[in-house]
Parts: sequence; structure tokens; C-alpha cells
Amino acid sequence: MAAQGQQHPIKIYFLIWLLLFVFSAGSYYIDIANYEGMARWFLIIVFMLLKAGFIVAIFMHMKWERPALIFAILLPTLFLLVFMYLMAFESDYAYATRVLYFGADPDVVALPPAPH
Amino acid sequence: MAEASSQEPQSPIQSTLTDWSSDQTVFKGVPWGKAMMWIFLLSDTFIFTCFLISYMTVRMTSGDPWPEPSLVFALTVFGHDVPLLLIAIMTFILITSSGTMAMAVNMGYRENKKAVFWLMLATALLGASFVGMQAFEWWKLIDGIGIRPWGNPMEAAPQFGAIFFMVTGFHGLHVSAGVIYLFTIAIRVLIGKYDGKGYDIVEITGLYWHFVDLVWVFIFAFFYLW
Repeated sequence: MAAQGQQHPIKIYFLIWLLLFVFSAGSYYIDIANYEGMARWFLIIVFMLLKAGFIVAIFMHMKWERPALIFAILLPTLFLLVFMYLMAFESDYAYATRVLYFGADPDVVALPPAPH
Repeated sequence: MAEASSQEPQSPIQSTLTDWSSDQTVFKGVPWGKAMMWIFLLSDTFIFTCFLISYMTVRMTSGDPWPEPSLVFALTVFGHDVPLLLIAIMTFILITSSGTMAMAVNMGYRENKKAVFWLMLATALLGASFVGMQAFEWWKLIDGIGIRPWGNPMEAAPQFGAIFFMVTGFHGLHVSAGVIYLFTIAIRVLIGKYDGKGYDIVEITGLYWHFVDLVWVFIFAFFYLW
């Protein structure tokens, strides 16, 4: 029983806990300081991935699991990136079509009359 | 398990291939409940990502402006509008509950039943307060501003309400389910249901709870900051 399970020093949990607070404060600061454009998006993504990574690796103990389990859980999420790319591609097209057909008022949802 | 560890050290790829081709249990040394929880969480990841991708699609294809998060989600404190204050409090509460949950798991493996019970109880109460604050936020949006799933009075994209209530609502549902799950397991630990069986169940419950926190990290980034 003793060898089994995930037992780690308490210190590391406190460290990660603290880091999550710092990262959250950081992403909150992005909003307060009114970062715009690329800097804003880049920082949001960086803080988000850092927080997500630490939660999965340390709090969920993924760092200490066997590679067979790590790969089985983490690799399928790569499909989601592909899906995201596909939908972003499609969205650009849909937006362009709306602007093309609806002109300056692209939010009209009714379909244009079929051309004869 | 002893057989597998005798072959180490080896590269992660070698280890994975050995485990998968061993003609026995693949996830060696992993309790089945934990493996199943991970697989459930993977499927839940797919659901939430599909929601977030649909949000991305709606927002990218909309010609209308998206509501300004700092204005929609502001909280008035002593006459001042503080942007995202409620969301910041909710975020810190969820992180704190993740910390108490991690401590509960640690205490579980130290077989400290009392500490597990109190830490899980604290986690559940923090989760319940999160749901309460979310209800308050929804009430402000619905009753205060007048946002509906089919439109809003801000002349912003009408899809905002639909996608916002669906994603945060689904997350809130997960938190609520997690609170019930935590209460149940905490009480079962206290009355000794897991005596002599090991405390893997605390870690499994913890996995679910950390996942709820994990989803919030993404919702926080994409709905409130983007």
C-alpha cells in the first residue's frame, strides 16, 4: 500500500497554488492595464497555458503517471487543435461571404434572394 | 507492476510500447477507477472544446461587435465600476478550492481521515460559493442588463447570450455536480467506507475537481479577457 498511489511533499502543492494565484493576478492585470492587440492575446494564452499545464501536471499528478497513460489522455486532444483550425478556416469564409452578400450590414441573417 | 518497473529506465516511447503490448492491463499500477475517470475527463474535454470552438465560430462569423467584457462583467463597489471583480473573486475561489483538494488527496495517502474530511468539506463549500456567485452574475446579466439567449439591449451580437449561458451554465453544472460528489465522498471517508481499501477515491474525486478548475481557466481566458 505504501508504495502505491501519488504521495508527494506538501511543499510542491503550496508552490503551485501560489503560482496559480500569481498567473491569475497576471491575467487580471492584462485587463486592468488595458493591453491591446497582439500583446494582450499573447499574454492571455501564455498565462492560460501555464495555469492549465501546472494544474494537469502537478495537481492532477500527470507528471508522475506512466507514459502509457499520459499519451492515451493527452495525444487525443491534438485532434481538437485540428478541429479548431478547420473551424477557424471555415469561419473566415463564412464571414467573408456575409460581408460579400450583405454588404455593410453583415449581421442580417436572412438569405439573399436566389439569383435567376 | 514489479515486472514493469524492473525494466526501467527506458524512454517514454519504449515504456508506452511495452505497456500496450504486454498482453495484460495497459495502465500498470493505475487503479481502474482512476483510469476511467481520466477517460471520462478526456471525453468531457472534447465536449467543452466543442463548445469553445462553436463560440469561436460564432464570434468570428458575426458582423456585429461583441460585447465589451470589461463593461458587461463589471461590479459596482461603493459607487465605482470595477471591471471583472466578481470574476476575479470566482477565479481565486476556484483556485483556492483546487489547493484544498490537492491537500485532501495528499492527506488521503497519509491516511489522515479527519484532515481529508475537513479539506474536502472546505473544497465543497468553496465550490458551492462559486455556484452562488455565478447565479448572482447570471441574475445581474438577465435582470440587470436584460441579456437573453436570443438578443441583448447592447446592440451587440445577438448570439452572445446563447453561447455565454450555454458554456458557463454547463461549467456551473459541472461545479454543482462536483460539490455533490465531494460531499458524498467526504462523508463516506469519515464514516470509514474506505478503511483498509486505500484512498484512491480521494484522488479520483480530486481529478474531477481539478478538471472543473481547468475548464474555468479556459472560460476565464476566452469569455472574460478576450
